[in-house]
Amino acid sequence: MSVFLQNRLPGRLIVVEGIDGSGKSTQMSLLSQWLRRRGYAVTFSEWNSSPLVHETTRRGKKKEMFTPTSFSLIHATDFADRLEQYIIPLLKAGAVVCADRYAYTAFARDVVRGVDRSWVRNLYRFALKPSLAFYFKVPLDVALGRILGGRDALKYYEAGMDLGLSRNIEESFRLFQGRILEEYEAMINEMGFHVIDATKSIEAQQKEMRRIVLQEFGRVRPPGVLGTEVRVAELSQ
Amino acid sequence: MPSYRNKPPLSYYRTPLPGVDYSELQGKLIVIEGPDAVGRSTQVRRLKPWLEEYGHAVLDTGMARSALAGKGIKEAKEGNTLGPITMTLYYATDFADRLENEIIPALRAGFVVLTDRYIFSIMARAIARGENRAWIERTAGFALVPHAVLYMRAEVKDLISRVVVGRGAFDYWESGLDLHFGTDMYESFVRYQSRLIQVFDSLAVPYNFHTIDASQSADRVFVSLQRAISRVVEMESPAHRAVRLKAARAAKSGLKVVPKAAPAAKTVRKASAR
Repeated sequence: MSVFLQNRLPGRLIVVEGIDGSGKSTQMSLLSQWLRRRGYAVTFSEWNSSPLVHETTRRGKKKEMFTPTSFSLIHATDFADRLEQYIIPLLKAGAVVCADRYAYTAFARDVVRGVDRSWVRNLYRFALKPSLAFYFKVPLDVALGRILGGRDALKYYEAGMDLGLSRNIEESFRLFQGRILEEYEAMINEMGFHVIDATKSIEAQQKEMRRIVLQEFGRVRPPGVLGTEVRVAELSQ
Repeated sequence: MPSYRNKPPLSYYRTPLPGVDYSELQGKLIVIEGPDAVGRSTQVRRLKPWLEEYGHAVLDTGMARSALAGKGIKEAKEGNTLGPITMTLYYATDFADRLENEIIPALRAGFVVLTDRYIFSIMARAIARGENRAWIERTAGFALVPHAVLYMRAEVKDLISRVVVGRGAFDYWESGLDLHFGTDMYESFVRYQSRLIQVFDSLAVPYNFHTIDASQSADRVFVSLQRAISRVVEMESPAHRAVRLKAARAAKSGLKVVPKAAPAAKTVRKASAR
């Protein structure tokens, strides 16, 4: 049985996954600009960004109220809201939806937090199968080197402090990310990730992504996937 | 030997919660379920002091009351963009927070936990909205198996008269207006609540519901609930309990004490029902 529902809508869903500092957001941004130039209507959806759930997540994090289960559930709620109110309507309209993190993030993080593996996979069964899921494979030290130091102070849950791995927040982050990395690696075949070697240059990675997108989407825009220009042209007729 | 002593310790339906030692849970978990406007909260309000009278510490809890998600759910319901899956999961979050931070600690401390609605309302609402049954059953599978699930069952006509007489108006969510069936609140209420009752009925056997006819008067329903609870919660007056415990202690220390005969549980129950 497949983990997700098949996407039978005209739009396309592209997902980037990987640990913090793997460079996935940079690559997604470059890819979306390229897709836009090719005439696709491109939209974004970021992990943990539902306006309906935002206040609850914020409160829970600030007061450190989460258990592994409620943490997993609130993120699934956030995801469900974005899917129901944003992603699905846009896919119906024929857009390319770029998702920075997807259910795979929950599969990796929540399992590291101690949540049952098959429970969290069932939890996201309502999700749509992405057209393409890119996984940015990077050694832990490279990713850590990119983020530690050059960013704001680490936050409690982000560093996995709730797991009690270490009292030192940076050390906790290190251990937490290491375990998440293992979960991602174990998922590559199961989920059919397109693996991008994130130690390569930005340009080389982008080239590889575009090649895969062209292969998947075809060089001609498929009918039903409306590009912005197409829409404008239709309206002016 | 009273039947409650044979009850297994509390466990989960499908998936254990990380970090919970189920053998520590000493209290009793009693669930009151049923459709909207069936009179659950009225009964919970009466059951609590009754249980306390017998010396039980009672925690009463209910949907959307969690410190984490209660406020968020209320706000989401006031807007007009709450989808069915989002609603289901928001309630599941609320339930998880109350389960882990209120219900389980109370059970650990030996409380009687009386909960107005449980996972079955979340499941019924999701299934009535067309969500996958296996999905929500597994998602809610971390819930504890209660000592008793008391299902207050009534027909839609009973619910309608309670809504009209008691509240004077139909509610958006109780009428399932998000499902867009029916031309007005009344029609929508009838169709949605019939569907909910159907789903509750379908859960009765697999989840071992004790069905209580809630079309009766509130007093009759109260007596039925008391009777059902007496089967799982020890119903002994504090005075009788003191006598029994004293006798037990004396027996343990080797002293021979003739225990005063504690009255049969049945008599106690009858007295309490008055």
